[in-house]
Amino acid sequence: MALSAEDVARLAALARLDLTNAECAELAPELDVILTSVAAVGEVAGPDVPLMTHALPLVNVMRDDEVRPSLPREVVLAGAPDVEEGRFRVPQILSED
Amino acid sequence: MSELITKSASELADLLADGQIKSVELTRAHLEQIQAVNPKVNAFLHVDADGALAAAADSDARRARGEVGSALDGIPIAIKDNFCTTGMPTTCGSRMLEGWVPPYDATAVQRLKEAGLVILGKTNMDEFAMGSSTETSAFGPSRNPWDLERVPGGSGGGSSAAVAACLTPLALGSDTGGSIRQPGAVTGTVGVKPTYGGVSRYGVVAMASSLDQPGPVTRTVLDSALLHEIIGGHDPMDSTSIAQSLPALADAAQRCDVRGLKVGVVKEFGGEGYEPDVEARFAEAVQWLQDGGAEVVEVSCPHFEYALAAYYLIMPAELSSNLARFDAVRYGLRLGDDGRNGMEAVTAITRGQGFGKEAKRRLIIGTYALSSGYHDQFYGSAQKVRTLVAGDFDRAFAQCDVLVSPTTPTVAFKLGERTGDPMAMYKADLCTIPSNLAGNASASFPIGLSAAGLPVGLQVIAPPMADDRCYQVGGFIEAKVESDTGPLLAKAAPIVGSKAVW
Repeated sequence: MALSAEDVARLAALARLDLTNAECAELAPELDVILTSVAAVGEVAGPDVPLMTHALPLVNVMRDDEVRPSLPREVVLAGAPDVEEGRFRVPQILSED
Repeated sequence: MSELITKSASELADLLADGQIKSVELTRAHLEQIQAVNPKVNAFLHVDADGALAAAADSDARRARGEVGSALDGIPIAIKDNFCTTGMPTTCGSRMLEGWVPPYDATAVQRLKEAGLVILGKTNMDEFAMGSSTETSAFGPSRNPWDLERVPGGSGGGSSAAVAACLTPLALGSDTGGSIRQPGAVTGTVGVKPTYGGVSRYGVVAMASSLDQPGPVTRTVLDSALLHEIIGGHDPMDSTSIAQSLPALADAAQRCDVRGLKVGVVKEFGGEGYEPDVEARFAEAVQWLQDGGAEVVEVSCPHFEYALAAYYLIMPAELSSNLARFDAVRYGLRLGDDGRNGMEAVTAITRGQGFGKEAKRRLIIGTYALSSGYHDQFYGSAQKVRTLVAGDFDRAFAQCDVLVSPTTPTVAFKLGERTGDPMAMYKADLCTIPSNLAGNASASFPIGLSAAGLPVGLQVIAPPMADDRCYQVGGFIEAKVESDTGPLLAKAAPIVGSKAVW
């Protein structure tokens, strides 16, 4: 398989993780060992085996569509890294290009 | 010095009921032990002394009015730092959430408060529960009270160390691949992973949603059962919560009888990689069950050897999705917001500096396993293995009431011993992972010590919603250990400054 530092950098970008080149180079061989080891799942996962996606058979749980009080705005915003005019403040989301 | 802090919660509840002690006195004794011992074991990340003493005074006042909230009203408890708690920080052992105080209580925490328990504080853990040693905590590792140079297990090593060193009689944990049971085994304490859906996950910071399960961490089997009965049961706030009542757990814990029980020994859990002392203590425990009238048979679960591999795909895949919520907007850390960086850059900078190394490893593995072109090969195959593991359990439970194995292949390892070798660290959960994949009930109970004097645990696994069988076996094993040698934890060399008197 041989995962390269460039592969790690590409995956890190997908995961929104800003890693240094040194981190990518260090992680590549470690992750390669892990991925080579976990690839063993392919040995027994034949085409006729169904997928198990959850520990329980899942069912949709519905409740009555009634208005209920939610958390007060100031309580929710109290843990935010930045707040402006009673809202979460975010950095710009669109770039110029 | 205190004889109170070594007593079980059920004994303390009797003393409170008889009026021999007050909750304030009991809480103060535990706060003094925390002050004396926590600097050495680093079990607590946050101690709420004022809140605990106020809750204890409320409990005493309730009791004086004859309005006792539950069997454990007035008993102190510690909470793993991934349970949301109003008025107390919830960091998950990560810089990402340092100082964050949640706006609501987890259902389990809410139920503890309603039952009158006294919350002492929050316990240390591997970062976002990713680890088997607490060494990935951003706030330093916890230490094993049996040997301060060894790990207390993980991810819930803060809770196990706190209970083992008598900083608290009770604690909450959460178990995704063994994070309650493995710390229990290596610290000589009791840890129970309830049936998936048996205890609400609402307000427990999600790691891998299809595997996570909160549960009790205690010194005695009855205490776990009593705590489980308080936190367990249906919760409409968790859509995976099972809408049926729990079996009678405390009754099962006190039965002390295994006659006629069919016990399966999983033959794949042994041999290479298992320490001889672990195998020897395990064989003795199986013999106790046989001598007690249980019928012991060997069962084969051939797909368990693939469980670790499947787990290290399913768990990272789920956590890489769950941890996407740490985007530097709604809570926690934000870095790089200098007016020039856009949202995506701020998110990536914050995550790159806020998450530790193990979190990064798993986020990348999860991203890889879910990425187009690899999804079927990795994540899909892992979900098929999950089906095969669950099928092995189904066949085994067709012949047996419970399955048993060592909880961990080895006793507590030394700090630093496995941090450079992720696969060696992951193998600490070799025996505990299959139960998370299948969602059944599973627990670890202390059965004795290795030649070097370190605890060994017995894992007992029961079918979903038959958690009472784990307690039945655990209660029997505990009675045997106590009648032979007295409480196991009394054998640990006392930590300098400890006020615990056994």
